[in-house]
Amino acid sequence: MPKFQVSLKVNGKAIEALVEPRMLLIHFLREQLNLTGPHIGCDTSHCGACTVDLNGKSVKSCTVFAVQANGAEVMTIEGVAAADGTLHALQEGFREMHGLQCGFCTPGMITRAYRLLQENPNPTEEEIRFGIAGNLCRCTGYQNIVKAIQYAAAKLAGVPFQEAAE
Amino acid sequence: MNDQTPTSIERAEKLQGMGCKRKRVEDVRFVQGRGNYVDDLKLPGMLYGDFTRSPHAHARIKNIDTSKATALPGVIAVLTAETLKTVNLAWMPTLAGDVQMVLADGKVLFQNQEVAFVIAEDRYVAADAAELVEVEYEPLPVVIDPMKAMSPGAPVVREDIKDKPTGAHGKRKHYNHIFSWQAGDKAASDAAFEKADVTIKELIVYPRCHPCPLETCQCVASFDKTKGELTLWGTFQAPHVIRTVGSLISKIPEHKIHVIAPDIGGGFGNKVGAYSGYICAIVASIVTGRPVKWVEDRIENLSTTAFARDFHMMTEIAATKDGKVTGLRCYTIADHGAFDACANATKWPAGLFSIITGSYDFPAAHVLVDGVYTNKAPGGVAYRCSFRVTEAAYCIERAMDIMAQKLKMDPAEFRMKNLIRREQFPYKSVMGWEYDSGDYHTAMQKAMESVNYKKLREEQKAKQEAFKRGETRELMGIGVAFFTEIVGAGPSRACDILGIAMFDSAEIRIHPTGTGICRLGTKSQGQGHETTYAQIIATELGLPADNIVVEEGNTDTAPYGLGTYGSRSTPVSGAATAMACRKIKAKAQMIAAYQLEVHDDDLEWDVDRFRVKGNPERFKTMTELAWAAYNNVPPGMEPGLEAVNYYDPPNFTFPFGAYICVVDVDVDTGSTKIRRFYALDDCGTRINPMIIEGQIHGGLTEAFGIAMGQEIRYDEAGNVMTASLMDYFLPTAVETPKWEVDFTTTPSPHHPIGAKGVGESPNVGGVPCFSNAVNDAFAFLGSTHIQMPHDQWRTWAAADKLGLHA
Amino acid sequence: MIPGSFAYHRPQSVQEAVGLLATLGEDARLLAGGHSLIPMMKLRLAAPEHLVDLGGIGDIRGIRQDGGDIVIGAMTTQHELIASDLLAAKLPILRETSLVIADPQVRYVGTLGGNIANGDPGNDMPAVMMCLGATYQVVGKAGERRIPARQFYQGAYATALGAGEIVTAVRIPAPPAGHGYAYEKLKRKIGDYATAAAAVVLTMSGGKVATCSIGLTNVADTPLWAENAAKILAGSALDAATVKKAVAAAEAITSPASDNRGPAHYRTKMAGVMLTRALARAKARAA
Repeated sequence: MPKFQVSLKVNGKAIEALVEPRMLLIHFLREQLNLTGPHIGCDTSHCGACTVDLNGKSVKSCTVFAVQANGAEVMTIEGVAAADGTLHALQEGFREMHGLQCGFCTPGMITRAYRLLQENPNPTEEEIRFGIAGNLCRCTGYQNIVKAIQYAAAKLAGVPFQEAAE
Repeated sequence: MNDQTPTSIERAEKLQGMGCKRKRVEDVRFVQGRGNYVDDLKLPGMLYGDFTRSPHAHARIKNIDTSKATALPGVIAVLTAETLKTVNLAWMPTLAGDVQMVLADGKVLFQNQEVAFVIAEDRYVAADAAELVEVEYEPLPVVIDPMKAMSPGAPVVREDIKDKPTGAHGKRKHYNHIFSWQAGDKAASDAAFEKADVTIKELIVYPRCHPCPLETCQCVASFDKTKGELTLWGTFQAPHVIRTVGSLISKIPEHKIHVIAPDIGGGFGNKVGAYSGYICAIVASIVTGRPVKWVEDRIENLSTTAFARDFHMMTEIAATKDGKVTGLRCYTIADHGAFDACANATKWPAGLFSIITGSYDFPAAHVLVDGVYTNKAPGGVAYRCSFRVTEAAYCIERAMDIMAQKLKMDPAEFRMKNLIRREQFPYKSVMGWEYDSGDYHTAMQKAMESVNYKKLREEQKAKQEAFKRGETRELMGIGVAFFTEIVGAGPSRACDILGIAMFDSAEIRIHPTGTGICRLGTKSQGQGHETTYAQIIATELGLPADNIVVEEGNTDTAPYGLGTYGSRSTPVSGAATAMACRKIKAKAQMIAAYQLEVHDDDLEWDVDRFRVKGNPERFKTMTELAWAAYNNVPPGMEPGLEAVNYYDPPNFTFPFGAYICVVDVDVDTGSTKIRRFYALDDCGTRINPMIIEGQIHGGLTEAFGIAMGQEIRYDEAGNVMTASLMDYFLPTAVETPKWEVDFTTTPSPHHPIGAKGVGESPNVGGVPCFSNAVNDAFAFLGSTHIQMPHDQWRTWAAADKLGLHA
Repeated sequence: MIPGSFAYHRPQSVQEAVGLLATLGEDARLLAGGHSLIPMMKLRLAAPEHLVDLGGIGDIRGIRQDGGDIVIGAMTTQHELIASDLLAAKLPILRETSLVIADPQVRYVGTLGGNIANGDPGNDMPAVMMCLGATYQVVGKAGERRIPARQFYQGAYATALGAGEIVTAVRIPAPPAGHGYAYEKLKRKIGDYATAAAAVVLTMSGGKVATCSIGLTNVADTPLWAENAAKILAGSALDAATVKKAVAAAEAITSPASDNRGPAHYRTKMAGVMLTRALARAKARAA
C-alpha cells in the first residue's frame, strides 16, 4: 500500500514524515518521533494511557491513524512543561499530591488533565472524576490524582490550594 | 552548646528520614514522560516477535504451516515447538515444580496458548505474519469446571504426565490432580465439630481474576554472539530469579546473563514468573544474532499470563452458643489451569493459605487443598495476594459473618469476642504461625468509633423497616473485616524459590563527600523504593535522603535478591538496609572515636553525628566521617565506607487492619453504591505515610474492582469471555469510592526497624469488607452467602431469589 | 492491536466521497470519528482495503435550526453536541445522551453520524433518534434521499443505507417547548455500552400525557421504538398501574443478548426499570 506524506506540528516542532496509512498515531509518536511519554495499555481504546492533545482536543492516539493527524497540532506529555523546562502546575501537583506510583498512566493522565483545566479551570471533584474517566490507573485509586488536579487548578488560578479535610 | 547549632528536631527534619512524607524521587522523570519502560527501548537492528495463538481451549495440533508467514517480506524466522526442541527449550520448568510448554507441543491446552513465534523487522509486519501461520487443529473435549476435573472419565489435560503417580508435591490421586496439601490438626478439628453447639458450612468461592497492570509483560533479548552473553531487559519483579532460571534452562552460564528490569508499569504479581515470550525472544535473538523485542497486548495479558485466585473453599466454623469459635475446617479445590506455574515458595503449593484462622483465636483448625488442572491459562498466585493470603482472608472473614448471622450476633461484636488478645502475643496459631505482635482490640475499637458503628447499625435497622414498608427500594449494608496477613517471605527454613532461600539484600556505599548509593535485590514497580529506602538510610546514618541514590533491577550490580511481591520488600530488604547501615555506622563510630581521641563507648549518636557523652560540642557528623573514611582511618582499618547485608528474616511479619464499609444497594437494578470506606491499617513502623496512603488507596481500588465486578470467565467450551477491557472491570475515577485511611502502629519486635510491609493489606482486607457489606445488606432477609463478584446482574439475581421483585 | 493494511483516501467533498465509494465498492469503509471502526480494525474483526476519511469535508458538520427542525451535520462530534446552546435549549435529550456515551476523549472525536449509521445495537443515539422521529439525510450515486430513523435499523450492523451511500445530516423535529425528556442508561461503568437504556420524550397537558415516544437501547439486535408502550401511556397521568402496563409492553418487544452485562431476562427487566425511571424524570421536567 502506498505511503502517505504527513505534515504536522508536534510539541511545537514541524514534522514531515512518510507513513503507512495504517500506522497508528501512538506508534508514529513513540517509534518515529521517539516520544515515548504516551504509552500503550490496552487494545480496545479504554485505558487512555496514549492520550495526547490534538488540535485542542484530548484524543486517544491509539485510535487515530497518523494520516488523520495530517496538518494537526499535537501536544504530548513532552510538550507540557514550559520551553525553559519549568514544570507545568499539573506536573508539580502530581508530585506534591502523590498522584502517581508506577508512572505508566501519568503522561496520558496529565495530558488529559491539561485539556480538562482548559475546558473548566475550576472543576469540582465530581467534574474532575468525570473528566478523567477516560484514563485508567491501577496504582493510585485516583484520590490523589484528583488532589493533584485541584492543586494545579488552584496554582493556575493564582489562589492558595486548600486540601479538603478527609 | 553553640546556639547556632540546629536542634535535633530541625536536623532530623532536614534528613527527610523515616516517618516523613518525603516527595518521591521517581516522580521527577515520570511526570515529564521520561520514564524508561521496556517498550521505550530501541536497539540498533532490533527485531519484533509476536505469537500465533490457539483459538481452541483444548485441541490436538495436526499440522503447522509457517510457509506463508516466512514468505512475507520483512519476516526473518518463525519458531515452533519443533524449532525449540532443537535447543531443548520447547518446555520449561515452572516455579511450582511442574513443566510448561513454551510453544504448543502436539496439543494446545488453553485458549490463546502460544503456538508459533514470528520474528520480523517491525511490529506491524510481525502482526501480519502471526495471522499467516496456518494451524490445523483437532478439537478435544475440555475440562473447565474445576469441581469436575477429578471426575472419573474426565478429559485428560496433561497427557505428558498422565501416568505419573506423583508430582512435585507428592502423590496424585487423579490424572488431572496436581497436589494435595494440608495443615492443622484434622482429629482435633473433627472433635471440635462433633461437640459444637453451632456450626456453619458454606462453599465460598474466590473467582479467577487478573492483576492487569497497565503495562503488559514485555522484554528485549539481545544475545551477543561474540561474547556469548545474553542481555535481557524485561518486566521482571524478580530479576535475579529470572537470571538464575534463565541460566538453568538455556545453559548460558549465569555470569554471562545480564538481566535488567528498568521502570515497570505496575506488577501486582503479574510479572514474577517467566513467560513464553521471554524464552522465545531469547531463542530468537540467539538464532538471528539481533536484539528481539516482545510486547504482549492486553488481550494476551488477560488471557494467558499469571491469573489470580480461583479457589473453591468449602468452609466450616464451629462455635459455642455464646459465640466463641472452637473449630475451623476448609476443603479447597484450587484451579491452577493447564500447567502448575503458581509462583509459590517451594514447600507451599497452596502458599500461605494456612493463615486462614486469621485474627481469631481458633483452638483447632484443619485445611486441605487439592490443586487441579483445567484447560485454562496457568498461574494462581498474583494480584497482591501474599501467596494465597487473600483467599484465606476472604474465606475466614466471610465465614465469620455467616456464623455471626447464625448466632444472631453483630459481626463486629462476634469478632471482638474472638480476636486474639494483646496479651497473647507473640501468638502461636494452631496452624504453626507465630504472629509477632498485634493489638487487635484497640484497632477494632478505633475503627468502630471512627465510623460511629453503633449509629450506622441503627440507621440500617431503620432503613430495613422502611424497606419492608415499601418506602424505599434501597438496602443498606455494613461490611466489617479484620484481617491479619502474613508477609515478608521469608525465613530460609520455610521459604525458597527453586531452592534459593528467600533472603534479600542491600548494598550501601558512602562516597567521600557523604552522599551514597544503595543497591538492593528487590524491584519496585511503583512502590517508591527510590524514595523510601533512602529514608531508612537517612534515619540510620544521619545523611539526607536526597544524598542517597537507590538502584534496583540490574543483576550485574545489585546484590542477589528474590524480588518484590508478597509485600516483602520492607520486611526483608528494608531490614537488610538497616543492618547494612548499622555495619557502616559501627565503622563510622570507630573512625569518630579515633578522630575525637576517645573510646568508642564514650560516644553517643545524635541524629546525624556522634558526640562525646557529656561533651556535646565535640562531635563528628556522618558527612565528615565519610570523608575521613577515605583518608584518615585508624591504623589497621580498611579505608572506605560501605557494607552489604543479606537478610534472612527470622520470621514473617503480620500486618493487620480493621476495615468498615457502608453500601447502598439498589434492589431493582442490582447497582451498589459505596457510601463510605474506612480502612485502618497497622503495618508497624511507618516509613513514608504518604506512600503508605497511596498503597492503601491503590489496593482498595483493586479490591473494589475484584469484589464488585472482576472475573476471568470461561464458557463451557473454554472460551475466555472477559479477555479485554471492554468486559474486564477496571474502575474509572467515577466508580471508584473515596477512601478514608487511618492507622495504629504496633512495631514488629523482630524487624530491625519494626516495619511490617503494607502493599497487599488493602487487597487482603478490602475484598472481604466489600463482599461482607453487600451480603450484610441482604442478611436480614435470610440470605447467608452471595458469591462474588457483586456486579449488577448477580446482585439483582440475589434480590430476585429473595422475592424482592414481586 | 495492529490493523491490516489499507489504502487511504481523503475526499474534500461529499460528492467526491460518493464517487470514491462507487469506484471502490465493497472493499471500502467510511471513516468518521473512527472510534468504532478503528478498534474493530485493530482486533482485525474489520479489514477494509480502503478507508474513505470524511474528516476533510467541511459542510457536514454543525448544528442549525431550519424552521421547526434541528439539523445536525453527520460529522458533528459528541463534544460539540454537548457544548451546543441551541441543543441545550431545544433538544436537551441529546446532551443528556451524549454525556453517557463513552468518555471525554472518545466524545471529542466520535460523531453523531458514526453513532447512528453503524447499526451497532449498543450505540445510544439510534434509540434516541427513533424516539424523536428523526430523519437521516443520505447521499449516494443516485442522489439524495431521506430515511426515517424508525425505518433505518434492520438487524445488527444491517441498516437501510444502500451501498455507496453516506449519511450527511440528521434532521430532528424539535419537540415543543416545555416537553419532558430523559435518557436513562444502566451501565457497568463509565464508557460501557448500555445493559439497557430508555429514551423518553413526552408532553403533558392538564396532568395527563399528551404525546409520548419511547426508544430502547441495546435490548435487541436493533434499537427499538416502543410504540405500543407509548400508546398505553397516552392520556394517562403516568400512574403506577398504567406505567406497569407500558413497561410490560416494552419488555415484550425486547430480545437482548446474554453477555457479561447479564443474562437476557435481566436485561429485559432492566429495560423496564430504565423506562420507569425515564418516565418519572421526563414527567418531572415537563411543563
